[in-house]
Amino acid sequence: MTGFYTLFRKEVLRFWRVAFQTVAAPVLTALMYLLIFAHVLDAHVQPYPGVQYTAFLIPGLMMMSMLQNAFANTSSSLIQSKITGNIVYILLPPLSHLEFFGAYTLAGAARGFVVGAGVLLATLVFSIPPFKYPLWIIVFGLLGCSLMAILGLIAGIWAEKFDQLAAFQNFLIMPLTFLSGVFYSIHSLPPFWQSVSHFNPVFYMIDGFRYGFFGISDVNPWHSLAVVGFTLAILTLISLSLIKSGYKIRR
Amino acid sequence: MNAIQFNAVGKDFGAFTALKEVSFAVEQGDFFALLGPNGAGKTTLISILAGLTRATRGTTKVMGLDVQADYRAARRAVGIVPQELVFDPFFNVREALVFQSGYFGIKHNDGWIDEILHNLGLTDKAHTNMRALSGGMKRRVMVAQALVHKPPVIVLDEPTAGVDVELRQTLWSFVKSLNEKGHTIVLTTHYLEEAETLCNRIAMLKRGELIALEDKNTMMQRGAARSVILKLKPAQLPVSLQPLLIAQHDNRFELKLADIKELDAILAALRAEQITLKDLEITQPDLEEIFVQMMHA
Repeated sequence: MTGFYTLFRKEVLRFWRVAFQTVAAPVLTALMYLLIFAHVLDAHVQPYPGVQYTAFLIPGLMMMSMLQNAFANTSSSLIQSKITGNIVYILLPPLSHLEFFGAYTLAGAARGFVVGAGVLLATLVFSIPPFKYPLWIIVFGLLGCSLMAILGLIAGIWAEKFDQLAAFQNFLIMPLTFLSGVFYSIHSLPPFWQSVSHFNPVFYMIDGFRYGFFGISDVNPWHSLAVVGFTLAILTLISLSLIKSGYKIRR
Repeated sequence: MNAIQFNAVGKDFGAFTALKEVSFAVEQGDFFALLGPNGAGKTTLISILAGLTRATRGTTKVMGLDVQADYRAARRAVGIVPQELVFDPFFNVREALVFQSGYFGIKHNDGWIDEILHNLGLTDKAHTNMRALSGGMKRRVMVAQALVHKPPVIVLDEPTAGVDVELRQTLWSFVKSLNEKGHTIVLTTHYLEEAETLCNRIAMLKRGELIALEDKNTMMQRGAARSVILKLKPAQLPVSLQPLLIAQHDNRFELKLADIKELDAILAALRAEQITLKDLEITQPDLEEIFVQMMHA
């Protein structure tokens, strides 16, 4: 366990040492979204009965920031280590593939939670959403951040240069998070796009997370939990097999 | 039990064979040199030993532990100083060593870390960020990182490439003391005088094949690289000795001396031509000459 804990601690310190970039910047970005969208739409849109748009937006922005940063932590750490070559210091010691996987994933999830807490604190002055089912908030936050951290792990292992990772981030992660119902309820979409949204696992993470705040959601939270849990399991298996085989890490 | 055992180890990268079937052993307590030109397969062999590269065929053991089947114990038994200058820019020297200890499962390692820092002249740099260190200092930290878990086998892959004399002396003094304490040392280097001075056994690789593995003294006896320098009066060389001529400076002639027994015939040829021998010097071959000779064989 010492090896796992050390790697986890190192990964947490790595992002904490540059917290302006890794925590403060995404909190500010979320705040900008809230200022603009809430200012423009608050008086015109009521996504759920009795729920203000600003309050509706806060959990969405919070979860979006958490997911993006959980992904960014593992993927950027790995690609930097691979390109600079210092990954050798992780590969030489007797760390098992499970320790490698667990430490990177939890550190990514930890960054997601720190950013999420920052977004929540920064946005509370605008509106305080009800924390109706805190356990659902924690469960979806934890599963969502872990899932994206694992996806970041896979992207970091696969990518050989920053350009490839940027493509993964901009052409997959960004569309998935932006088109997941962060800024709207999918019931406001035309039927075709509603159907498309149901194939986006990020939609279920946001919807389940938001259910924890309002007790209202676009789909049943148990359904969301099943989709997120299944996706997490699949990505975990893929990631573990990549690490164990040494794919693009050990030649 | 050997410190390291390579059994028919081979590595292919696609159609390119980096290592053919390499087999040899490094005994415990050896100060072992692994020599070869660039691309000979030295780093590939070390990477296989370290678990960074998986062999296409064959088995590798460190202290009797298979590097694949028993990788956790095998990695604890070996400390590797990589060839490339690599470091984590987020942390200082002490943090890098504390983390490296932790990866090897060692929690409270401050005493040994302090000792390594002292022996490598890094004590006053302990709290300096890795980015702020010179290349030589970074190299010292890399050596320290390989030693945090006190491995019985230490592998240094070109540790003195591009570093100053002071580091070389500090490093070799420390590594020699580790060897005297029983650690097995494997060294790859292009500075052959280092291998000649420090090592007791030498292996040479060429194009992925082992072409020599000998005790250093045996290897140094390879006479083909030996020569004799003759100071002659008059300054002329008998025609029969011309094929042996390597170099001439005024009345000094350097001749190849493949075997010491040839000296009799050389002196006889001089006497026959009534050339007076004013001085004679037999040069011992150095490792560099032997290396060049073997690589061109």
